[in-house]
Amino acid sequence: MEFLSYLISGLNLGSVYAIIALGYTMVYGIAKMLNFAHGDVIMVGGFISYYALDAVFKKSGLPFWFSAIIAVVLAMIVCTVLGVLIEGLAYRPLRAAPSLAVLITAIGVSYFLQNSALLICGAQFKTYQSIISGTLNLFGGGLSIPYVSMLTVVVCIVIMVGLTLFTSKTKMGKAMRACSEDKGAAQLMGINVNKTISTTFAIGSALAAIAGVLLCSSFPILKPTTGSMPGIKAFTAAVFGGIGSIPGAFLGGLLLGIIESFAKAYISTQLANTIVFAVLIIVLLVRPAGLLGKYVPEKV
Amino acid sequence: MKKYTKIIALLLCLAMAVCVFAACKKGGDDTDTTAADTDATVDGTQTAAGTFKIGLIGPLTGGAAIYGNAAKNGAQIAVDEINAKGGIQFEYKAEDDEHDPEKSVNAYNTLVDWGVQVIVGPITTKPAVAVSAEAYADRIFCLTPSASSTDVIDNKDNMFQVCFTDPNQGTASADYIAENFAGKSVAVIYKNDDAYSQGIRDTFVAEAEAKGLTVAYEGTFTDATATDFSVQVNASKSAGAEVVFLPMYYEPASVILKQAADIDYAPVFFGVDGMDGILTMEGFDASLAEGVMLLTPFSADDPDAADFVAAYQEAYNEVPNQFAADGYDAVYIIYEALQAAGCTADMSAADICEKLVAAMPTLTVDGLTGDGMTWDASGAVSKAPMAVVIKDGVYVTP
Amino acid sequence: MSKKLKKLSGAPKRDYFSYLLVTAAFILITALNGGGLLSKQMQGLLVPVCCYIIMALSLNLTVGIMGELSLGHAGFMSLGAFSGVVVSQSLITAVPNDALRLVISIAVGAVVAAFAGFLIGLPVLRLRGDYLAIVTLAFGEIIMDVINCLIVGHDANGLHVIFNFRGDKTVADLDLAEGGVAIIKGAQGAVGTKTISTFTAGFIIILITLFIVLNFIRSRTGRAVIAIRDNRIAAESVGVDVMKYKMIAFVISTTLAGMAGALYGLNFSMISADKFNFNTSILVLVFVVLGGLGNMLGSIIAATVLYILPEALRGLQDYRMLIYAIVLILVMLATNNPKVRNLFLRIIPKRKSAEGGTAK
Repeated sequence: MEFLSYLISGLNLGSVYAIIALGYTMVYGIAKMLNFAHGDVIMVGGFISYYALDAVFKKSGLPFWFSAIIAVVLAMIVCTVLGVLIEGLAYRPLRAAPSLAVLITAIGVSYFLQNSALLICGAQFKTYQSIISGTLNLFGGGLSIPYVSMLTVVVCIVIMVGLTLFTSKTKMGKAMRACSEDKGAAQLMGINVNKTISTTFAIGSALAAIAGVLLCSSFPILKPTTGSMPGIKAFTAAVFGGIGSIPGAFLGGLLLGIIESFAKAYISTQLANTIVFAVLIIVLLVRPAGLLGKYVPEKV
Repeated sequence: MKKYTKIIALLLCLAMAVCVFAACKKGGDDTDTTAADTDATVDGTQTAAGTFKIGLIGPLTGGAAIYGNAAKNGAQIAVDEINAKGGIQFEYKAEDDEHDPEKSVNAYNTLVDWGVQVIVGPITTKPAVAVSAEAYADRIFCLTPSASSTDVIDNKDNMFQVCFTDPNQGTASADYIAENFAGKSVAVIYKNDDAYSQGIRDTFVAEAEAKGLTVAYEGTFTDATATDFSVQVNASKSAGAEVVFLPMYYEPASVILKQAADIDYAPVFFGVDGMDGILTMEGFDASLAEGVMLLTPFSADDPDAADFVAAYQEAYNEVPNQFAADGYDAVYIIYEALQAAGCTADMSAADICEKLVAAMPTLTVDGLTGDGMTWDASGAVSKAPMAVVIKDGVYVTP
Repeated sequence: MSKKLKKLSGAPKRDYFSYLLVTAAFILITALNGGGLLSKQMQGLLVPVCCYIIMALSLNLTVGIMGELSLGHAGFMSLGAFSGVVVSQSLITAVPNDALRLVISIAVGAVVAAFAGFLIGLPVLRLRGDYLAIVTLAFGEIIMDVINCLIVGHDANGLHVIFNFRGDKTVADLDLAEGGVAIIKGAQGAVGTKTISTFTAGFIIILITLFIVLNFIRSRTGRAVIAIRDNRIAAESVGVDVMKYKMIAFVISTTLAGMAGALYGLNFSMISADKFNFNTSILVLVFVVLGGLGNMLGSIIAATVLYILPEALRGLQDYRMLIYAIVLILVMLATNNPKVRNLFLRIIPKRKSAEGGTAK
């Protein structure tokens, strides 16, 4: 029973990582850049939905579930616009620049978002009201599963399946894959590379908004640095699963969450992060391109 | 990249020059310095007079910004009140340390350049330890509102605290639990990279053993893992703990309460002074805190604090937490101490420090965070914490 | 190829210029300080600036010369810092001379970091690109966690070390004899360190670092490392042992980081492991990238300017970190903008021909 409850908290955490990692991996696959500001877009999503939920639910008298949906949609819209803006203003001018220059710019954007949030929303931590509350009790109370955990896992699976279908079936999805293979060739085939990359950022940022809502619903502290640590963990998850691979990010996120949970429960809360990272290192030594990543041999 | 070095260097220098220039310009009409030009023109009964420069060091940006900003704002209110009274005047400036010992020393040096005479802070423990050594060497008096570790004051006569030292709280909590929940098993969840949390846990566990309490489970977390406690909460539940002791600040505690409620786990949660503020968290569901017990020196619902709470809410649009109250008290304690020591504003920081160090043990101050606060020469405060229980969203004495 | 050769042959002159500049800056600052013209704020910044310069040089060796992104360099700094502090605090009575103790501590810090660099290099250097980057990040975090578990004390019987695996040990468990002191208190960090670092020491280590790095680049080994960076397969095909040369460069880099760490650790009466986290690694990386990959003088200038910038912005209060972020983005955009680039190239036309070969 204990084992199951640890597994469930691991799945919950892992699903959040997975959703964030999906955003990371999409952006990486196409723009070939590590978007360190992704974690902070999550934070923005958290704040927007927090204020929106508060305003809509208190002022309009709509039922809570409906207010929650409005808040989530609003957060997604704002984050999408933000993501496209960031891409257009900060990353696009650097498309031809060395990858490290883009990395540093992303870090600059990350600082910018954090400090803007601090100035706008204040330093006071917010307690996030979970968009879904309540608990399912099984075995006469021996096992309790919060509804928010179930929702997180379900949303994560839906997103993963949706993204896989999107990239394999739709025209835009195929354009994305083409861009990730070879930008120059894609352009010659009449694909608008800039538009494709913008779309990728839009999707990634919308996912970040959802991740923000679910992250804060499960772990209800909202502050300007809320997104940093989950961002790093999700980055790890994306690499773990094979960066650029959508099922890989899903698998990496889930495994990471479960390992973290079990490490805390059975080995040491002190060294939970160490164990997670150690597993990552071992996996990468055995499979240098991650669990599901493609190993591309270098051509001479 | 290589060939653009000079360009980059040039640009950087340019950017920096612009920023520095902007900084200087801004400094001119800075609103943060509540400079009082009205020197001590008031009745000559007071021996202490003039405009003192007091500086505050705390995290105003970064992850711990909540503490620094609260204390900064609380201190600002006290400074405004004192300046409005006449008599001793304060010129007040707050510097950011990002909760980083290195930056804290930088902030301290900046304040020394500014001519600071008395320091309020640093607010958080690790920076306070780093700065205390510098301030001790330079002979500058520091009164920290909230850095509670004994490392801050140990062997440094110029360091004083407004908050309790950690050992007292752990012992008091264990005594209280042993008395009221005898025979029940206890779990402890604490933050082991925080001297405050660790210090209380250490004395708590020692005292709990002495009193025959069983500690069924101990879980730790650090800054990096302070968002998810589901494992610790689950483990406490499985260990059958009926009392969960939470020596930590209220933000992580709020997550623990929520995650415990998520799995229908309802032991008695017992907190310390850091728990205070949980009811004022924006968006916090007060019903989660129902039945939580805590030892606290300050409560925003306290009638004595009403004026301060009103002023704070008006100025900053939020309910003050204990850090704000600590910052407020710190300024008043300095105010009292300066008067008691008969300091004048033309004295050097080192002279003021000697006088204040001598005067502190003779003081008794009634503040928001305790009545009849006194200090011994080590710098630790003595004041009585009271145990309260949260009922219907307010503190009730059990 | 001819351009590259030209660059190589023209290099030593540039090296002397670097030494000269650093020395001149040192003399100038010392003179200013002697004349009482330096504010206390600036005095306080001197040693940290030296540490970050050394860190930037060290990381530039890994990122700029070896061409591998390291996101965990602060971990090696951390190892150097904590081992340096332990050595210095333990030897307080045995070696009362501060300068000598500082030298010993820095040497030990360097050795510890070198050893760790070797151990970590074994798995890390087998990987490539972003996978290598993430593993260095992972090791940085692991080092932080492990140091958070260390409780170290010293008494008449020597060193006492506990590895606080389950988080239930404290300083009391060290069983220190009378007069013993706790040096590292687990996650609460090293407290009560006697600060012995000086600006002169920082300057000397910068010179040593510069000497090591610049000569390494010109050496046979260094050229092999650069060859691997520019084209690994070509280098391998002419018989360059990739693993060996990368390892040499990496261990030198971590050794230097360890020296920077020891200098840093002994400059503050308290340090804690969480200071040396991902953010510090990134901070140093920003210095390296803005200074120019492979450009040592650039690293020195960038580290100095960028470290002082947020301090100089203190007057802006709450807005300073925001402005720092904006400056960072704008500088990156401007330096990579072809128009701005051309503008500067027109102003300084000579450089175009003098420095044709660029590190990628």
